[in-house]
Amino acid sequence: MTTWGLVAAGGFFGAIARFAISRWLNFRAGSPWPWGTWLVNSSGSFLLGWLVGAEVNPNILMFAGVGFLGSYTTFSTLHWEAQQFAVKKEWSTMVLYLGVTYITGFLAAFVGLWMGSH
Amino acid sequence: MVYFWIGVGGIAGALLRYGLYLLMYQWTGPLFPWGTLAENWIGCFVLGWFNVWAHERLSLSPQLRTSLGTGLIGSFTTFSTFNVDTWELVMYGDKWLGLFYVLASFWGGILLAWVGWRLGLYLQRERLDLPQKGESP
Repeated sequence: MTTWGLVAAGGFFGAIARFAISRWLNFRAGSPWPWGTWLVNSSGSFLLGWLVGAEVNPNILMFAGVGFLGSYTTFSTLHWEAQQFAVKKEWSTMVLYLGVTYITGFLAAFVGLWMGSH
Repeated sequence: MVYFWIGVGGIAGALLRYGLYLLMYQWTGPLFPWGTLAENWIGCFVLGWFNVWAHERLSLSPQLRTSLGTGLIGSFTTFSTFNVDTWELVMYGDKWLGLFYVLASFWGGILLAWVGWRLGLYLQRERLDLPQKGESP
């Protein structure tokens, strides 16, 4: 039961943090990029890698990892935004956005895992 | 106030994600993160449909819309777990499964976001009694 409570509490703050950052940075000042979504996905991948690498205690992992960072990062919005680029036939932006997000997320998770375990 | 409702959506999304993850883990075992893959696929499909559906619903308050789309569906899917799980597969499991996981997530996400979006448009035209795409009016 405690576990579910920790996941719920983390999810509450994770979603709010993602929304705040997205609202602040997405498509800002004429930029065609959802920089906010990119930032939450990259930083969240790094932080989760760090938590897992550091083998933090299970309660912290449930709250901060599964709850907060799970909700802070998003896969559906990423692909929805990419889909919107496709609708507007902005193919190069779509490929670049997906490519950059996947690559930075992958590398950020590795750096996090490495830093956490060293 | 909109922040609060996004948080509530986030609670529901996180609990559903955790619940489905546990269920799939029990069912398919620890070798492959089927739970997270299923969640990310489902979320892409549902968000594609939802955004079209909600766009037409002028009576739906912007708060409720963001609470469901950004809060619930956004939190139900996850990019951080996807990346950390990929590294765990590469380092401790089967690296080919890791590659499969990335490709399945990536192409599945693209395909399902598109299918959800098309379904939303199809249903919208049905409701409004408009000719479907490719159909002569």
